[in-house]
Amino acid sequence: MALRVEVVTPEKKIFSGEASMVRARTLEGDLGILPGHTSLLGVLVDGEVIIKETSGQSTTFMINGGFLSVNNNRVSILGESSN
Amino acid sequence: MGAQLRIYRRRIRSVKATKKITKAMELISASRIVKAQQRVNASTPYANELTRAVTAVASFASVDHPLTSFEPNPKRAAVLLITADRGMAGAYSSSAIKEGDQLIAALRQRGLDAQVYIVGRKGVSYYKFRDRAIAQSWTGISDNPTYAAAREIGQELIKAFIADSATDPDGVAELHVVYTEFRSMVTQEALAKRMLPLEVVESTGPAGLLPMYEFEPTAESVLDALLPKYVEARIYNALLQSAASEHAARRRAMKSATDNADELIKSFTRRANAARQAEITQEISEIVGGADALASAMAGSE
Repeated sequence: MALRVEVVTPEKKIFSGEASMVRARTLEGDLGILPGHTSLLGVLVDGEVIIKETSGQSTTFMINGGFLSVNNNRVSILGESSN
Repeated sequence: MGAQLRIYRRRIRSVKATKKITKAMELISASRIVKAQQRVNASTPYANELTRAVTAVASFASVDHPLTSFEPNPKRAAVLLITADRGMAGAYSSSAIKEGDQLIAALRQRGLDAQVYIVGRKGVSYYKFRDRAIAQSWTGISDNPTYAAAREIGQELIKAFIADSATDPDGVAELHVVYTEFRSMVTQEALAKRMLPLEVVESTGPAGLLPMYEFEPTAESVLDALLPKYVEARIYNALLQSAASEHAARRRAMKSATDNADELIKSFTRRANAARQAEITQEISEIVGGADALASAMAGSE
């Protein structure tokens, strides 16, 4: 089982793929998401989002303010801007 | 060359020059529509996700948030009117302005004053010429809107919305947006929509039952952060759609201008030919008449 992860900004979709873990920083601290996580909506603060892809590769995005939504092994990260 | 013929030739030349310009504008707009459409499509995943999230939190009934609640005694409403910066786009700007006027009239019937926020020089000059009040305006962004511009507009509108319209002269109780929806290359429609208090629009993406979400840290703070973004994303989408519609309207207007130029050139060419033939006929009859007169004068003298 893997997570379907999408990182989107208002201007475009910047990442889409399968991952074994996603780490992001919410208002209350770092949050790790593994497959089977309960449905969640969280506010992200400026910081790194780390995606461990199923291929073993790990991808890092800098996100400026955004949201994280997890539902049924689908993780959507909405950033206002990123690089 | 006769005067008549010269005038026709001059007009043909000037129409041909105009045609070149309108043809170029048509081609430029045609290429920009595609780009604008791609930008609308690129912004859709974000808008869909955001709409899903807002729907999820808003349907979480226990949350009471200033951005989702109706004011008991509304006095004013904000109208964001999106028009073009440049003309030559047929009825694009004027139909948006007309739609806005209808909305303002409808608001007035409900006893609400409209505070008008305008995007685009065409709307601004329309309001200035008629001496109507403009709450705020943004120009130079309608062609190629950026998210930063949408954010600036969104923040301004949310600030006005959060202020209480009954006590604060700048406060508004409702937010409406008037924009031109891009349906296809040939169909665009000016629409007025209410953004706030929240009227969650159906996302076009995969729908289905909304799960019970957990909120991190709380539903209130998620909504606090989510709603301004939602408004900004809606404005951004409206700007992008309007930009695509503007290019489509301009392309159509320029296409019919080019067609009309073709028609004009054709009819002027016909008239120029007729004038040329008339000139030749006249010359011939003058020569024949002259020769006749000479011949009869010679015959008389003999």
